[in-house]
Amino acid sequence: MGDTPHRSADAGTGGTRVTEGHPWPAGASAHVAESPVSTGTPGGPGLGGGGALPTARRFGAERAFRGLTFAAGSFVLVVIAAIAVFLIAKAVPALRANTVNFWTYEGWSPNDPEPKFGIGALAFGTVLSSALALLMAVPVALGIALYLSHYAPRRLGTSLGFLIDLLAAVPSVVFGLWGRDYFSGPVGNLSIWLNEYFGWIPLFGGDGPYGASILLGALVLAIMVLPIITSLSREVFLQTPTANEEAALALGATRWEMIRTAVLPYGRPGIIAAVMLGLGRALGETIALAMTLGITFNISFNLIENGGNTIAANIANTFGEANETGRGALIASGLVLFAITLIVNITARAIIYRRREFTESAA
Amino acid sequence: MTTTLTSHRSRPPAQPPTLRARRLPKWLPPAIALGALLVAAAIVYGAGIGGPVLVVVVGALLYLAGLFAAAHAVEGRRSARNRTWSALIHSAFVLAVLPLASVVWTLFSKGLGRFDANFFLTSMNNIGARDPEGGAYHAIIGTLIQVGIAALITIPIGILCAIYIVEYGRGRFAFAIRFFVDVMTGIPSIVSGLFVLAFWVLVVSPYFSSTGRPGFSGFAAALALSVLMLPTVVRSTEEMLRLVPAPLREGAYALGVPKWKTILRVVLPTALPGIVTGVMLSIARAAGETAPVLLVAGGGAAINFNPFENNQSSLALFVYQQAGDASRYAPARAWTAALTLVALVLVLTIAAKLLARRNRLGR
Repeated sequence: MGDTPHRSADAGTGGTRVTEGHPWPAGASAHVAESPVSTGTPGGPGLGGGGALPTARRFGAERAFRGLTFAAGSFVLVVIAAIAVFLIAKAVPALRANTVNFWTYEGWSPNDPEPKFGIGALAFGTVLSSALALLMAVPVALGIALYLSHYAPRRLGTSLGFLIDLLAAVPSVVFGLWGRDYFSGPVGNLSIWLNEYFGWIPLFGGDGPYGASILLGALVLAIMVLPIITSLSREVFLQTPTANEEAALALGATRWEMIRTAVLPYGRPGIIAAVMLGLGRALGETIALAMTLGITFNISFNLIENGGNTIAANIANTFGEANETGRGALIASGLVLFAITLIVNITARAIIYRRREFTESAA
Repeated sequence: MTTTLTSHRSRPPAQPPTLRARRLPKWLPPAIALGALLVAAAIVYGAGIGGPVLVVVVGALLYLAGLFAAAHAVEGRRSARNRTWSALIHSAFVLAVLPLASVVWTLFSKGLGRFDANFFLTSMNNIGARDPEGGAYHAIIGTLIQVGIAALITIPIGILCAIYIVEYGRGRFAFAIRFFVDVMTGIPSIVSGLFVLAFWVLVVSPYFSSTGRPGFSGFAAALALSVLMLPTVVRSTEEMLRLVPAPLREGAYALGVPKWKTILRVVLPTALPGIVTGVMLSIARAAGETAPVLLVAGGGAAINFNPFENNQSSLALFVYQQAGDASRYAPARAWTAALTLVALVLVLTIAAKLLARRNRLGR
């Protein structure tokens, strides 16, 4: 693909060398530039300059390959920059056309002649559903990870770990379909029960209908991020130095004390990183929430009444009938989501990198 | 080393009975569990506040409390904690298995309904709301084309990028690339879809399309998927390249082989099985993505083999659209498509993991 430009660069670099170290007249430079490969042969094995020619050619190929890999590496940075640039470029006209405050307005009607849209309620719903999902998923995920790494028989732990990894690969649309067609029933019953006995808590108040609520969305989200957090933290727990574990056991610690004193402190940065990665996944989750949430545009802490919305789910739901300003508004909301996930991911990565240095220096 | 430790790890530290004061008799924990269930049933049904689910929940809590109390009385505080945490960790496992098993069960029981030849050999073209037929042929074609193009774009760039990071990159720039590859892993799929919408569909595609207007296409979906696949491919390739033993490289250098040829002929073939595993996992992830395809390929009912022109559907998008369809035959189609999608993704994932297990370099 990128062969031709590199060939010419190759010839240029090889060319000067050839004219320098070659016993033949330097007038041959034009013929060198035209076919650097063939110049290797006329030099012949007997001449001193003949040895220099292949070196020069290899040097050229080396440069070319190096340049190619460098270009591929820079491509990643280009893509990330391009994402930011293009989203901003398409979002700005829509934000200019917005007639209300983008940060505080609760509603989404960018397709009207007077566009009105605000990110407040959507960002709130995104954060609320993700936080709730993590609140439910993290303790359970850590429990399973500990079970697989330190409680289950080795062989069972390995095969169950394999199964958990498989579940992490199940597409989100399947979880969304399951949440909408099946799980909304039990969650609806649970919501009615919660409302009957705990209705005095504002979280569980309201008078229905129940089912397609933040609670359902968060539960589905929790089930989705569970395998991810589990498989990451299980690997961290398995990496605990056996010397530390044996030392704890040798001092007479019970198994739980061994876990608390040896496994958990060692794995803490890894756990934090796993949770942050799960959070990143939950924040960006689109289809499962678009299928399970009842769509509203207000900020409410009520968990069980139909409603709730997130940035990503809103994009999937309203993209179909968006006009140009509407698309720009959705891109603007995507930009906010991009910024949120970027912050979460950079934090998680910074934690992991610090831990990597720590373990490398310890080893 | 680890095999010798399994026996230590899977059993609590064995101590002669004379050193330990007293232990709970073996029959007591099951007895406590039974008692807790009975008491819970009495409370729940006596007060009339719920059904069998609540009985199990209250029973579990009572069991934990009873176990702690009994162990505290007989064995002491430390052992009581150990037993309670152990029970909690086991119950976390049960708690997580229930919904995941429910997902799998629902998938099979509902998905097998339309798992017939008609589903795989027809599209949704001219299928009205009252027609029970119709299938996902066009969606399967779309998924294969989009994922195939995405893989063609991503694999060379990803592998070259990983080579740069491992073999050539030095200093701050290489670190930045590595860091941003990690950050890119967390980009939500919907943001990548919006990026391709803003970049390819709205800006570039008018120059290519025959109508001169922005249009959806399968190629745009492939671009969005490759943004999602790239970091996965880079990371797995990078890890595998790092595992290639240094003596292999040094041997090649000592024979006078230039660096680029060493990488292409020695390092890459050694790491190949691991790289293939990473690529297959990323393909599996891409095949399950819904949101980007929804935003930039649009979906459609007809078969479209041309990725550069007109709407294209994909299996995941087909699930989403059929789930939102009002026809009473649509849910069956959605579930069967979901089953097909899961089967596709799981086959890829399992093959990748088995390959990784056979790989001698693998973890």
